[in-house]
Amino acid sequence: MPTFQTLLYTLTDGVLTITMNRPDVFNAFNEQMKKDMNDALKEAEKDPGVRCVVIRGAGDKAFCSGQDLKEHAGSKRSLKESLEKSYNPMVRRMRSMEKPIIGMINGVAAGAGLSVALACDLRAMSTSAKLIEVFIRIGLVPDSGSHWFLPRLVGMARAFEYAATGRDITAEEAEKVGLVNKIAPPDQLEKVTLELAGSLAKAPTRSIGLIKRTLNKALTSDLDTILDYETYIQQVASESEDHKEGLAAFLEKRKPQFRGR
Amino acid sequence: MSLILTTKQDGYAIVQFNRPEVLNALNVKLMEELVETLEMLDKEDDVRCIVLTGNEKAFAAGADIKEMADASAIEMLTRDQFARWDRIRKIKKPIIAAVSGFALGGGCELAMTCDMVVASETAKFGQPEINIGVMPGAGGTQRLTRAVGKAKAMEMVLTGRTISADEALRWGLINKVVPAEYFLEEAKAWAKEIASKPPVAVKLAKESVLKAFDTTMEGGLEFERKNFYILFASEDQKEGMKAFSEKRKPEWKGR
Repeated sequence: MPTFQTLLYTLTDGVLTITMNRPDVFNAFNEQMKKDMNDALKEAEKDPGVRCVVIRGAGDKAFCSGQDLKEHAGSKRSLKESLEKSYNPMVRRMRSMEKPIIGMINGVAAGAGLSVALACDLRAMSTSAKLIEVFIRIGLVPDSGSHWFLPRLVGMARAFEYAATGRDITAEEAEKVGLVNKIAPPDQLEKVTLELAGSLAKAPTRSIGLIKRTLNKALTSDLDTILDYETYIQQVASESEDHKEGLAAFLEKRKPQFRGR
Repeated sequence: MSLILTTKQDGYAIVQFNRPEVLNALNVKLMEELVETLEMLDKEDDVRCIVLTGNEKAFAAGADIKEMADASAIEMLTRDQFARWDRIRKIKKPIIAAVSGFALGGGCELAMTCDMVVASETAKFGQPEINIGVMPGAGGTQRLTRAVGKAKAMEMVLTGRTISADEALRWGLINKVVPAEYFLEEAKAWAKEIASKPPVAVKLAKESVLKAFDTTMEGGLEFERKNFYILFASEDQKEGMKAFSEKRKPEWKGR
């Protein structure tokens, strides 16, 4: 099991939990945590034992509060480079990794921390947590993909409202507008999330990966392209071991045992 | 140990590079075997189309650098390794490159030497020769420019950057992008389809398309016209046009 300076990385029964572990600073991203997250995601993608990823923050106050502003205070640094080098690869890998990723929003998710949450495939949020496109409050703009994720999840008007006002979004509102899939009280969140993760970890992982790939593509394609694309993807899915197992189990009236390939 | 693996089915042949341990780096021996294989297949009647491929990870990640690194200019001139590639141009049957993973440097040039390219989503094309102190030497400045235009050819050749399969499709370098798991099946389907067309017409049509880059419009049109008229000596022309008039499927004789 790989170890990281600023992250906890635990794999149990196919569920990998990556915990952003800087609770004293609301799990803000410093250079080390950006590096650790990129490395952890690379590891998760490579390891066939990982069938579902859960990303969370340490403690109960924060998921992730975004870039650690104190780290570079006083020095001139290029935000362009920081995004190119650290955040964009992270978001790209999360979107392209062909395994389900659940964001367990156990506390405040702000700035790039919110972008990371939005880059997940599914989100479960604590009723005590808040989402904030906080960038505007210091004269910046959303980054790490928020401009892309937000309007697709909540439509233009709400996306603009959140980004331009930088106001807090409660769990109830987040669920209502479709920013998160589930909400739960703080003491239930982990249970709810791990139940979902556990069942995804026992599901046909390859086909879930193909769904992710095709849905990603569908967001930027027309119907004809996706109809054509599905013909290939379904053929590939039909050649998976899990399809044979699924079909056999159905005919034999028993529960399928999916291996994830 | 053969560096080229060949299989035949349904009227076409699949020619696969076999140096997976070095991402199919194209050394002189592989290119020799490749050219000999293609010339042999060009003569075999049960082959009407050829698919050229590597493996899922790499089509070919370039020429074999170790082989040439210490050569002098005179040695390179005498060896003239790229002249061998001219023989690929002379192959009369259509060649489809099935590209997955890396097609860089010589790999990209080889893909462009083929007549069509079917690529996996994971395919990456590039001419990174600039990064090792040289430039493309096997068509990377000539075929690329004709395919994608000056600005993009300059971008690839001068920065050495890699382009994705989708970019290559948009820029006109390749024909189709399909999911990674399916790229070879797709290329085989294309090959099977072309293998079902009348072979004499296929060869003359390919020849004409290639002529378009080498000659004036007038010269090209005359060449095309002569090829068109020559086809009237083929039995398949008579059968094709007769079947059309009789509203039935043609049965090709292959001559």
